[in-house]
Amino acid sequence: MPPCPNPGHHGGMDEPTWPPGPPGGWRHDRHGHARHGRWREDRADRLAAHVHWWRGGWNWKALRRDSGDRLIGGVAAGMARFRGLNPTTVRIVFVVVALWTQGWFLPFYCIGWLLIPGGGGAAGSPEQAGGVSLAPAVGVAAAAVPGDATDGTSIWSRARQDSRGITLALAVSSLFAVFLVLAGALNDELIQTYGWPQVVTVACLVLIWRNAPRGEQAALRRLVAPLGGLGSDTDRRSTVIRLGLACVLLAIGTGWLLTTHESLAVLQPLGGFVLIVGAAVIMLGPWWLRIARDLVLERQARARAEERADMAARIHDSVLQTLALIQRRADDPAQVTQLARAQERELRSWLFEGRAPGSMAEVSSLVEGVRRIQQDAEARHGVPVEVVTVGDCPLDSDLEALLAAAREAVVNAAKWSGAAVISLFAEVTDDDVELVVRDRGRGFDPGSVPGDRRGMAESIHGRMNRHGGTVSVHTAVGEGTKVSLKMPRNAMSSTRSGA
Amino acid sequence: MSATVPRVVLVDDHGIFRSGVRAELGSAVDVVGEADDVAPAIALIEQAQPDVVLLDVHLPGGGGGKVVSAVRERWPEVRFLALSASDAPEDVIGVIRAGARGYVTKTISTAELLDAIRRVASGDAVFSHRLAGFVLDAFASLPDSPGGGAGGPAAVKPSFDPELDQLTSREREVLRLIAQGYTYKEIARELYISVKTVETHVSSVLRKLQLSSRHQLTRWATERRLA
Repeated sequence: MPPCPNPGHHGGMDEPTWPPGPPGGWRHDRHGHARHGRWREDRADRLAAHVHWWRGGWNWKALRRDSGDRLIGGVAAGMARFRGLNPTTVRIVFVVVALWTQGWFLPFYCIGWLLIPGGGGAAGSPEQAGGVSLAPAVGVAAAAVPGDATDGTSIWSRARQDSRGITLALAVSSLFAVFLVLAGALNDELIQTYGWPQVVTVACLVLIWRNAPRGEQAALRRLVAPLGGLGSDTDRRSTVIRLGLACVLLAIGTGWLLTTHESLAVLQPLGGFVLIVGAAVIMLGPWWLRIARDLVLERQARARAEERADMAARIHDSVLQTLALIQRRADDPAQVTQLARAQERELRSWLFEGRAPGSMAEVSSLVEGVRRIQQDAEARHGVPVEVVTVGDCPLDSDLEALLAAAREAVVNAAKWSGAAVISLFAEVTDDDVELVVRDRGRGFDPGSVPGDRRGMAESIHGRMNRHGGTVSVHTAVGEGTKVSLKMPRNAMSSTRSGA
Repeated sequence: MSATVPRVVLVDDHGIFRSGVRAELGSAVDVVGEADDVAPAIALIEQAQPDVVLLDVHLPGGGGGKVVSAVRERWPEVRFLALSASDAPEDVIGVIRAGARGYVTKTISTAELLDAIRRVASGDAVFSHRLAGFVLDAFASLPDSPGGGAGGPAAVKPSFDPELDQLTSREREVLRLIAQGYTYKEIARELYISVKTVETHVSSVLRKLQLSSRHQLTRWATERRLA
């Protein structure tokens, strides 16, 4: 069963196979070859760098933050890559160390972030990014955009020249120190032990924020986006108010929590907890809402696209098929009139009465549906269809889609295979329903079906896929075609023999 | 059975159909007689001793199955090929269970009919795609539940014999391909087995169909009649 060439510019029955597509094959080959060559160079370079690294022991220049596989600054991933370890392992070690060292790990991490040059991973491998075999194009790009992620310098090397940034870092960290002194006056060893190292952290973060390469800044912004609530595109002032409120709640809540042991109130930890949660909701709420809304929108868009595809399939099966038929029977006015009238009726009933063309509205069981397909194909195309059914079951929307796909397969076989008879086999088992449409006609070459031919792609494959079914097509030029359509059954509606 | 042309008797109540078949078969077979009802058919077969009887499923004096069961007791070497336009499944299964070696529809082409006659004459079974569908359907029901059966004479023995009452997966595969219109040769190629093996599977299915005592077959036929 060759593909259905609707509106039929291509001659149709007399044409044994489809004209092959534009000669794109050799270009593809050449392209592939060229890539292959570059890949080989690339690999040789990497190999050389590897050997060099091995001989020289620990080559600290190869230590680079991995901007491709980063969670925060890519320090852990960079270390892992440097020593050939699993990044996850390194990260776990980092976390353990961070807990163990009582807050002293964070500043060290940030210093590492500041000092270790970036660029690992993004260009493929640390050796490559180190300038051993940087592709020229990448080099040009890096030169054109100063401070790009791949230039392999550390953030510190830029931050050194950023006098305003250094001032700012000092200011912020001193402010933080003042806060710590105040907090320390109120209580509490927790803030004292965990807080003070963070003075360095804050300073480092300010410098990183101001001087990180562009690629990293984008990544950072994504990282802190939830904190800003992505409010930048709505109302900046409300964001500021919101964040301010959240910070107050957070401060009070933290304070409450931390002062527990000095107080007798049992309610305090609970209150602190509630306040902190409230702060989190105020901070992140809009972000969560936005994500939820995006998900809903995405689902709606997908539903619309599927609906559209279903409609396209239906129009193809009805209107386009009839138009093709009319073109082929142009020498028989009576027949053409009859076809046009039937199509008009069908279209009207679809548009104005909501009865989809080819739908099994009055058909309640699978066997009835199969018989309908047989009758329609025999009446319209004059090709006998031999039907064998095993078992029966009531129809649901999935099985209607199965029948519609089978109808399309039968119509294709009737129109294009040239076979004297088409066999249609339907078997209902407990798990699924299988329809097999088979002809001994001329067959076709699946590879030569043009992409815009909807018959196979949309009416059969698309339809089946949308409803969770599977399609397998066996065909070869001169050997006929077999289309197997399988649709899983809903466990609810399983009965045998129409009982 | 022999290298010579098979000797054939036609049993059909439509004279026009008989003469049509006779003309189509031509000299490829030796048509030794025609009958139009049950009683004359039995008499003719006993007298002519043909290799193959082409038997219409529907005869005025009763189903074709009557002819088969009457003759088979005394002349087991006479083979029957059922031929029908109606395809009422319970009739078809009835004739097969009575002892016919195969079933083809009247829409069959001359070449295929000749092939079927030769096959039956040599002792093989002939399944049309429709018969294969019926058999799959009949055997597809769940195995007998003990004590669950007041459905006709066959239900007297509710015993379940897996040897007879179930199709093997290979047999099912073969039947499914037959039902999809495959020839034996195509089936052999599809399943990577020899044509002889395909024939063996089909004969085995036929045996099960004829000997199985499961009341499912009867009940299935009853349900089909109601539907």
